[in-house]
Amino acid sequence: MKVSLSWLKEYVNVDMSPNDLADALTMAGLEVEAVSDRYDYLNRVVIGRITTVEPHPSADKLKLCSVDVGERVITVVCGAPNAKKDMLAPCALPGTCFPKGPVLKKGIIRGETSEGMLCSEAELGLGINSDGIMELGKNLSVGDTLNKALDLSDPVFEIDLTPNRPDCLSIIGMAREIAAFQSKKVSYPEILLPESFDDISNYSSVTLMAPDLCPRYAASLIFDITVGPSPYWLQDRLVSVGLKPINNIVDITNFVMMETGQPLHAFDFDRLAENRIVVRTAGEDEPFVTLDGKKRRLDPEMLMICDGEKPVALAGVMGGLNSEVEDTTTRILLESAYFDPVCIRKTSKKTGLNTDASHRFERGVDHGGTLTALKRATQLIVEIGGGKLVNGIIDEYPNPFSEKTIEFNDKDLNRHLGTHLNIKDIGNYLKSIEFEVEEIDPDRLRVIPPSCRVDISRFEDIAEEVARLYGYNNIETTFPLIPAEATHPSKKIESRNRIKFLMTGLGFNETINYSFVSERSCDLLELAPDDPKRQVVGILNPLSEDQSVMRTSLVPGLLETMKYNLSVQNKNLKLFEIGKVFIDTGQEDTQPNEFEMISGLWTGTAIDLTWFSKAIDSDFYDLKGVVEQLLWKLGVVNTIFIRMPPASCFYTKPGATAQILVKNEPMGLVGELHPKVLANYDLKQTAFIFELDLDRLIQLLSDEKFAQPIPKYPATSRDITLIINKDVETYKIIRYVKMLDEELVETISLFDVFEGAPIPEERKSVSLRITYRSLDETLEDVRINHIHKSMTQLLVEKFDATLPAE
Amino acid sequence: MEKTIEQIKEEALKELEHASDAESIKAISVRYLGRKGAVTRYLRNVSKLPKEIRPKAGKKANEAKKTLETLFKKTLKQLEASADEADSRLDVSLPGRVVPQGSLHPITQIAQQITNIFIRLGFDVAEGPEVETDYYNFEALNIPKNHPARDMQDTFYISKNIVLRTHTSPTQPRIMENQKPPVRIISPGKVYRCDSDLTHTPMFHQVEGLLVDENISFGDLKGILTTFVHQMFDPETSLRFRPSFFPFTEPSAEVDIRCVICKGNGCRVCSKTGWLEVLGSGMVHPAVFENVGYDTTRYSGFAFGMGVERIAMLKYGIDDIRKYFQNDLRFLRQF
Repeated sequence: MKVSLSWLKEYVNVDMSPNDLADALTMAGLEVEAVSDRYDYLNRVVIGRITTVEPHPSADKLKLCSVDVGERVITVVCGAPNAKKDMLAPCALPGTCFPKGPVLKKGIIRGETSEGMLCSEAELGLGINSDGIMELGKNLSVGDTLNKALDLSDPVFEIDLTPNRPDCLSIIGMAREIAAFQSKKVSYPEILLPESFDDISNYSSVTLMAPDLCPRYAASLIFDITVGPSPYWLQDRLVSVGLKPINNIVDITNFVMMETGQPLHAFDFDRLAENRIVVRTAGEDEPFVTLDGKKRRLDPEMLMICDGEKPVALAGVMGGLNSEVEDTTTRILLESAYFDPVCIRKTSKKTGLNTDASHRFERGVDHGGTLTALKRATQLIVEIGGGKLVNGIIDEYPNPFSEKTIEFNDKDLNRHLGTHLNIKDIGNYLKSIEFEVEEIDPDRLRVIPPSCRVDISRFEDIAEEVARLYGYNNIETTFPLIPAEATHPSKKIESRNRIKFLMTGLGFNETINYSFVSERSCDLLELAPDDPKRQVVGILNPLSEDQSVMRTSLVPGLLETMKYNLSVQNKNLKLFEIGKVFIDTGQEDTQPNEFEMISGLWTGTAIDLTWFSKAIDSDFYDLKGVVEQLLWKLGVVNTIFIRMPPASCFYTKPGATAQILVKNEPMGLVGELHPKVLANYDLKQTAFIFELDLDRLIQLLSDEKFAQPIPKYPATSRDITLIINKDVETYKIIRYVKMLDEELVETISLFDVFEGAPIPEERKSVSLRITYRSLDETLEDVRINHIHKSMTQLLVEKFDATLPAE
Repeated sequence: MEKTIEQIKEEALKELEHASDAESIKAISVRYLGRKGAVTRYLRNVSKLPKEIRPKAGKKANEAKKTLETLFKKTLKQLEASADEADSRLDVSLPGRVVPQGSLHPITQIAQQITNIFIRLGFDVAEGPEVETDYYNFEALNIPKNHPARDMQDTFYISKNIVLRTHTSPTQPRIMENQKPPVRIISPGKVYRCDSDLTHTPMFHQVEGLLVDENISFGDLKGILTTFVHQMFDPETSLRFRPSFFPFTEPSAEVDIRCVICKGNGCRVCSKTGWLEVLGSGMVHPAVFENVGYDTTRYSGFAFGMGVERIAMLKYGIDDIRKYFQNDLRFLRQF
């Protein structure tokens, strides 16, 4: 909300500088976002002296004036009849931004260059006179800026009000706060209703059909008014807080709304059928045309203001086109009401109409201020619109709001805040913001907040008011005294952190991608139609198509990140992400299943070009090694990688994809990205990815660790080369040896794989090294040879192998 | 007249100075210390000296011999060492063979730093779902439906009652429903708001905390948060608490710190105010306690929250929040 200092000063003395006032407001909880001077636009308007006036060579009504603007004399084309030699007038220089119009530029008018503009009061927003240029006193110095010369300065505070403070959505509300921290009093405008005639009950009535949604509705009647432009002071007040003047009646309702916080609405009384008001809820799908000319469909949750026949306003939000005050209007009914905040908010949300009125009603207006605002506006309308007041006010208020009374002990308040305030001080703080305070016991207060403070209803609210006025920064800093207890740290969080560190040790950079992806991402990943990853959770109000569903895989995010990096020439990437994926449960209006995953991507080189090595491209085994190392460091045993069946490969290449099994349970995959997926993402460089189900992986982890004894006796190794069919996967050989469980076999490792001559085409040679060791003695060669021979025999038989020719 | 031992030593040193290879050093050594060398000869002649000066002269001559011997050996060794070095000389300025290390995302690092400070203060870490029910995200936290406070957080909706959590606070009622005070928890995590510009991304990270027990005061809130700020930033950082509004706290406070960029002189980062908003906080609203069945007459507590991106921006001088989720390798590797 905008508040100008000049308007504030109508109600409270301010003896602080604008910056100090802004600070004080911020520290009182009314955050000032910006302070600007509303006359800043006059910075490029200077005092000019007209030195010559010549006729314009090609336009009768225009003149060519030479204007001394201090540092130089410029030529200005001017149409004002009163421009004459030696006159001082405001001259706007190029760059001036007029309140009602565009930015002034140097221009050519009917063939003559104009380097500025001599301005009228109205053009400068300093009055309503637009008959000629503004004549300035001779005592001013030429070249000075107009705001400096005329001492025009009015700081405007832009305040970011929190939704709990609708009482400050008015100048008086702000003045009340300023008065409190300056220890001053607010001077409220004096309201004196003018002379009146007859009685309002002879002309009109108000019927509340929905008193729960409209607990109070007040109205006054003014006849014989003249609709026209507002006087300058009124227009200026509205302009100072960013409102646009319309006509005197509308301007007065806006003025009083800004002054008191109570929205008002003026109806053309003669356009109200049966001259009466009925407040009721709308019918299902009831049509209504609002002031902005838009036709709207209403529903029974919305509140309507109607006349004897039809709706005339959408209560608390916007008036109707059919009862709007027009230039010809002479009799008006003025409304001041209290509407239910929830009802107004729903209506505003559903219709998308967020007006100054709805903004206030949905936060809660002062139900005790309904009549004050009505009377204030009525008085102004009679004064300015020149009308006659009908005697009396209609005030339908069947169930008056009860006053909120709060009682509390000073001890409780001090304990809650950590303060040591005495009861008198507490009372005085509350009185300063117009609370009624009664000391019912030496240590107990009963307080009644003013009706405008809709946010105050319980002890804690009082505590905030006292803390705020005492100053948060004056409250002593203390520390809670609580038992030194600790719970067991979460295994999930600890393990996740550990995995992140391990991944960085393995050379991977952590990324964080958005949790939402494009709806197309399942197609881009070439997922099967029945893939569970297609059970996406959609967002009802996404910011864009690209972020319209929750991800079911981390892969799309990594691919987008890869794409971005390739586009900026980061070609060699080792990236990973740990994050959640979301799978729809299929049940309506329920939370999806959330699973935490880890996924990694390697693209580009495995080894960069250096002085000691050529560049080597990454391949499947580079990334597989990362996964192996990660699992090994985590202490995960019984991991195997088996070839993924081609029918189960979607976004990875069949044949170059391994399924990761831990204790025979599928845990994820590692593989080369499918060329189709690369193409879908417009990636021109191959990449390898892995995915692991982090939730399940973490379940398998254990912090138990037992140190193994270090062997005392030496080991001996024997090599064996088997020539086997190409399609035999090597892990099977290793697994077979392990399965044999020969107690002297310590380790088995693979050190060579060879295909090609002299090995037959369908075969490959595989070389293994078996290390034998006993924990009890040094093994003799004879014994090892014997075991190794039988081991070889078993392998030959099992894998249909031959041994290389000796 | 015969040369004195000092003169002989002097000459030997002079010759050594000019010797540049092992051969000549060895030759000099022979010339002075060899069987017929000058020093040896001198020593042999000592016995012919008068008796009263003999011991002194002998001592002097032996010392000279020792000095020369040590010196010859040392010089020889130095020469040998430099010869070895020349044989195996490396260009030590060539880069080493690096085992490339990756990096943790800056958000992860800052979130861990924040979390660790609170862990040291006795807090436990709690996490919750990112897709939340309207109840835990709003209603349990005293943000009823159709309340203007809902405008403070632009919400992504999944369905009528399911939202992407707009803060990590829903963890608080979830924990309190299952745990009696004292409660000390810190909840880091991703949150979502329907907003995107230079200073907002639709997803970001928060760390929020809660402390509940008997006799917890606003002063305690100030104590814990002051400690946090002093650990996270400079221990000299001044801070101020200013009234604000959050539906789930009363009284509520924003915490500003002196601008870490301009030290309070006013700059672009702090919008010329000299202050930076870093935390929201307040005493837990009794309605929140009522929703989880805590006795509001017995317990009180405070809650606070902060944006990790914002803290990271201040710590690392990052000017555009979108950089965090662009994941440019050149950005990631800096951390």
